[in-house]
Amino acid sequence: MTQGGAPGPVLGAPQRRLGEKAIRIALIAAAAISLLTTLGIVLSLAGETILFFTEGSLTRGGDPTQPVGIFEFLFGTTWAPQATPEPSLGVLPLITGTFVVSAIALVVAIPLGLATAVYLAEYASKRVRGAVKPVIELLAGIPTIVFGFFALVFFTPLLKSIGIELESFNALSAGVIMGFMVLPTIASLSEDAMRAVPTSLREGSFGLGASRLQTATRIVFPAALSGIVASIVLGVSRAVGETMIVLIAGGIQPNFSLNPTISLETMTAFIANTGKGDIPASTVQFKAIFAVGALLFLITLVMNAISIRFVRKYRQVYE
Amino acid sequence: MSATVDAPRVAVQVIPPADSRAKLRERAFEAALIFALLISLAMLIALFIDVFTKGLPGLSPEFVTDKASAFPANAGIATSLLGTLWLMVVCIVFIVPIGLASAVYLEEYGTDYADQRTWTGRMIGRFNTFVEVNIQNLAAVPSIVYGILGLAFLVRGPLDLGKIILAGGLTLGLLVLPVVIIAGREALRAVPSSIREGSMALGATKWQTIWRQVLPAAVPGVATGVILALSRAIGETAPLLLLGAATFNTQNPSGIFSAISALPLQINTWISAPGADFQALAASAIIVLLVVLVLMNSVAIYLRNRYEQKW
Repeated sequence: MTQGGAPGPVLGAPQRRLGEKAIRIALIAAAAISLLTTLGIVLSLAGETILFFTEGSLTRGGDPTQPVGIFEFLFGTTWAPQATPEPSLGVLPLITGTFVVSAIALVVAIPLGLATAVYLAEYASKRVRGAVKPVIELLAGIPTIVFGFFALVFFTPLLKSIGIELESFNALSAGVIMGFMVLPTIASLSEDAMRAVPTSLREGSFGLGASRLQTATRIVFPAALSGIVASIVLGVSRAVGETMIVLIAGGIQPNFSLNPTISLETMTAFIANTGKGDIPASTVQFKAIFAVGALLFLITLVMNAISIRFVRKYRQVYE
Repeated sequence: MSATVDAPRVAVQVIPPADSRAKLRERAFEAALIFALLISLAMLIALFIDVFTKGLPGLSPEFVTDKASAFPANAGIATSLLGTLWLMVVCIVFIVPIGLASAVYLEEYGTDYADQRTWTGRMIGRFNTFVEVNIQNLAAVPSIVYGILGLAFLVRGPLDLGKIILAGGLTLGLLVLPVVIIAGREALRAVPSSIREGSMALGATKWQTIWRQVLPAAVPGVATGVILALSRAIGETAPLLLLGAATFNTQNPSGIFSAISALPLQINTWISAPGADFQALAASAIIVLLVVLVLMNSVAIYLRNRYEQKW
């Protein structure tokens, strides 16, 4: 732009500034980095996973008639990729391990999380809300390794001391503590969903003589249901993907069992435990990291997609 | 009493439940909700008491300044604390420009050119939606999957950086990038459009408007988002474990090309080591980690309250 006495161009075609276009392209490039991240994740998982299924035979005494079958991988009940000369590559023990720990976590997180959400959205005064919210945020901000430490050195001994027979690494303790990690996700998203329910619905309910309990459970809760479901699905996804708590307190024994009192191994714990040792890229163990990682990624991807869809639904209705 | 503004409460008071059993149910339900809250609170308090009783005795200036050591008596966190510091430097240098640029694109440029009547417009619109959904998705991808990405692409594979802080910081940066983008977009959205219109009406170009008017107004919100992202990155253990960084390391890192060391990794090593001595060390290190986190969050809250603009 010209400065000083001479008037600038008036109401004509705008001056072309090449820089504007360059900046826009640079910004698009930056936004594309998140796409590249996803692409990178998919490529890194897919590459080694394909090798896992095609070259798996090389680790089995080079017998090309025995590649790792997808069927064997998904439905085999023994997980021992480190075994020589015949590694056993059935992922079911890791799936059941993940399932047991996540289920326990949700048994804790869903009732506590929903109760917190209902209380904050329907009962708490502004002052109480101001006091309770930071507690939930604090819970959300604690690193998961701290939860893992707490589960291992405090909660497991506590459970043992009240007479529950437990191994020192067990799914029960890890699952319960993981529930508190998942709780803030469910509580805050559900609260948002309930707050999005228009006040007119509540007023209508109260006007017809309904009590607080009736309004909260029969009007607001059903009206916010899609958002609540979304929060739970996202909570499941977080539980399935959580690593440190289960690695520290849940153990690394791939037992094909639903018994929560013994040491189990989740998909994430296997990945972390195998990855932290410096294993050569040629081994089937290294490739198994990626195969299990791909499975984990797919599971969480589906959950996230479901969750995003449910959130859209309630946003469309009330906003 | 009846003149209170709290509408629902009035309704409840005006029409009391018919019988006393219904009244009891009301009370019991509210009590159950409060009880649920108390359980969470009790768990938090137990956690803090446990960590502090185990960790406080071992906390001393030497604990912070001593290098890592295989002997519990000499072990300190200088190595891992410096490692975490360098990781955060890499992380911040990566996420601030990239995160902010993505947010500016999606918020300020997103709808421009996305004209549904033309083919290119439709493609741009589709690209934007795709980026948005993708960011939402990335925010919920398990952190260990980012570790796999870092292992395959940064530590080994195409970039082949090795187990250095640069690779670790970038992995953590990718992990928290969605947080920064989402917070950045919210901060930009909070700047009223009248500011933009005023600037444009005075002859400023789009970028001049963004750079001189919109971004300065959005700085507090963006800074808060960045700090929250860093406080997430600082406690992450799993991705770093996967980069193969758990190997014992007693050399203080001197820059971004040093071997990875990090406070959570050190904590993990101590938790896995046998014996009460190492457990106490882990607890002491956890206290340091929690203190750092509380400090970061306080700064974020301060920034939010101090510089928040009401338009």
